Amino acid sequence: MNESKRAFGFETRMLHAGHIPDAVTGARAVPIYQTTSYVFDDTDFAAQLFELKQYGNIYTRIMNPTTAVFEERLASLENATGCLATASGQAAQFIALATLLQPEDEIVASAHLYGGTYTQFSHTLRKLCVKAHFVDPTDPKNFERALTPKTRALYGETIGNPRGSILDIEAAAEIAKARRIPLIVDNTFATPWLCRPIDFGATIVVHSATKFIGGHGTSIAGALLESGNFDYSHYPTVSDPSPSYHNLKFYETFGHYGFLMKARAETLRDVGACISPFNSFLLIQGLETLSLRMERHVQNALAVAQFLKSHPKVEWVSYAGLPDSPYHALAKKYTPKGPGAVFAFGVRGGREAGKKFIEALQIFSHLANVGDAKSLVIHPASTTHQQLSDEELQKCGVGPELIRLSIGLETLEDLLWDLDQALLATSR
Amino acid sequence: MGSGSSLACDISLNSILPKHLQDRYQNPSLIRRILAESKTIAMVGLSSDGQRPSYFVASYLKYEGYRIIPVNPKAKEILGEKAYPDVRSIPHPIDLVEVFRRPEECDEIVQQAIEKKAKTVWFQLRIVNEHAAQAAEAAGLDVVMDKCVKMEHGRYNGSLHWVGMNTEIITARKARRLF
Ligand SMILES: Cc1ncc(COP(=O)(O)O)c(C=O)c1O
Repeated sequence: MNESKRAFGFETRMLHAGHIPDAVTGARAVPIYQTTSYVFDDTDFAAQLFELKQYGNIYTRIMNPTTAVFEERLASLENATGCLATASGQAAQFIALATLLQPEDEIVASAHLYGGTYTQFSHTLRKLCVKAHFVDPTDPKNFERALTPKTRALYGETIGNPRGSILDIEAAAEIAKARRIPLIVDNTFATPWLCRPIDFGATIVVHSATKFIGGHGTSIAGALLESGNFDYSHYPTVSDPSPSYHNLKFYETFGHYGFLMKARAETLRDVGACISPFNSFLLIQGLETLSLRMERHVQNALAVAQFLKSHPKVEWVSYAGLPDSPYHALAKKYTPKGPGAVFAFGVRGGREAGKKFIEALQIFSHLANVGDAKSLVIHPASTTHQQLSDEELQKCGVGPELIRLSIGLETLEDLLWDLDQALLATSR
Repeated sequence: MGSGSSLACDISLNSILPKHLQDRYQNPSLIRRILAESKTIAMVGLSSDGQRPSYFVASYLKYEGYRIIPVNPKAKEILGEKAYPDVRSIPHPIDLVEVFRRPEECDEIVQQAIEKKAKTVWFQLRIVNEHAAQAAEAAGLDVVMDKCVKMEHGRYNGSLHWVGMNTEIITARKARRLF
C-alpha cells in the first residue's frame, strides 16, 4: 500500500519540493510570476477567497506563485508545516512576533543576536510595549531564570552572532514546552542543511534568506516557518475571533496551519513587507545548490579558522568547529557537518590593527553582509553594532579587536594568502 | 497546479497517529482515490455558523463540485441543502460520511454509515476512534482518520501550495488535476 510514499532526501527536495511543472507549458524552471494580482474565476469564488474559505491567489502582497515555490521548498527542507516568505530577515522576525504578541507581553531572548535583531527588540518592539529580556544563552537555565508571568516566547540564534556560540536548542525547547510558549530560532547561519531546529523542538524558525539561502549576495529576503505541533489555544492573538476577518478563529479553523495563515492573511497583509517574485526566483536558484555550497563553506571555514589559530598576529579565534571552543560539544550535536562559515577572531593590536588589517585585504570584501559565495569581512564595533552603547556591546560579546569573517567558496590557498598578507600588514 | 499521479514525500507531518496507523488510515493513494470517486458527502456535525471550521470545509468542497449533505439535528438547511438529523434519515445514497463529531460518537455514526452503504468514512483531523475505524473496515468501507478533507483536497490539487504550506508532494512529472 505504500508505493505512493517515499522519504525523499534533502538534495532531492532542494531541487524539487514545491514545484511541479505546470500542466500547460511544462516549463522545467520555476516561472517568474511578475504580477501584482490575479483574475478571479467568478464573484462567488472571489468572495470565498477573501473570506479565506478557498486557498488561492489574490494579491502579491499576500501571496505569489513564484514565492509559493520558494516557501514550500524551504518548508520541506526545514521539516516545517509551512512557510511565509518576507521582504527581509528583519521583516520575518517582526511578523513572527507581531502575529504572536500583544502589548504588555514579554519575550526572553538570547543576547548573542545579530545587532539589527537586538535593536529591533530593544527599540521598535519596546515602542509597541513588548519587552525583551536578554540573557546569556551559554547557560540555557538563564532563559528559565528570566521568565515572568508575561513571557510569551523564547528567542535565539542556532549559531549566535557574532561570537559563534551554539544555542542548546533542546534545552531551550524544554523550558519553552514546560511553559507552553514557543521557542523561536533564527537559523540563518546554519541553514537547514547544517541544522533543522524543528527537529530539536523549536516551534518557529526564522531566516534571513539574504544570506546562505540566496547564497550569492543578490537579494534581501526572509522567511518564517512553523512546526505545526504547537497548541495556540491559549494565545488570544492566534485563537481569538479576528475582527478583521468576520471573527474568524484562525487556530480553530486552520488547525496546525493557523499561525501561518494568520501571519500571512493578517500580519503580512497589514505590515506590507512582502517579497518580490523576482527575488523569490533568485532564492530558489540559491536553494538548488544549498548543500553543495554549504559543504564547501564549512570546509573552507574550518581550514581558515585553523590557519588563524596558529597565526602570531591573531589573539583568539572563536569558531565552534575548533576542538578547544567552549561550544564545540554543542556544535557536534546541533551542526555535525560544521558550525557554519561565519566566525570572529581578535587581531593583535586592537582597534588600530583591525582597521589596518581590513584596509590591506585584497580578496575579502569589506561590507555589511554574511553568507555570500564570496568571502566577506567586517569590523562590527564600527559598523553593524555601532548603534549599541558600550554596555550593550559588551553584553553582545563584541570587543574593539573583533573581526568577523564570512568564508566563501574561493580557492582556499588564496584566502589563506590574503589573510596572511593583511595580518602581516598590521605591524607595518 | 496539481499533483497528478506523483509520490508524496513520506515525512508525515501533523498527525497524532502512530506510524502503523498512518500507513493504514492516511495512505495517499487511497485518499486520492476517495477524493476522485466520491460525489456525495454527508457531513455529520456541519455547523450552520458560517465561521465554524466545518462550514469552511463544506463551502470549500461544495465549490469544488461535491454535493454536501448536512447532518445536523438543529438545522433545517445549510449551504442550500436540506439538513438531516442523522445519516440514517438521508433518503438517497451517500459516497462518503465525513465525521465532525467527538470520538465517542463515532461508533454510532459508523453503524449508520454501514447501514447506508457508504463507501468511505472519514474522521476529521484529531478525531481518532480505532474501534469505530475497525468496524467500518470489517464492513468493507474505506477509512481515513486524523486528516482534514479540505486540507487533503487542497494538498493534492495544488491550492494549499499557494499559501506556502508543505504539501509533501515531490515529482518531476507535469501537473495533472485528478479531482
Ligand atoms: C542572524 C541574522 N538574522 C537576521 C538578519 C536580518 O536579515 P535581513 O538583513 O535580511 O533583514 C541578519 C542580517 O544580517 C542576520 O545575520
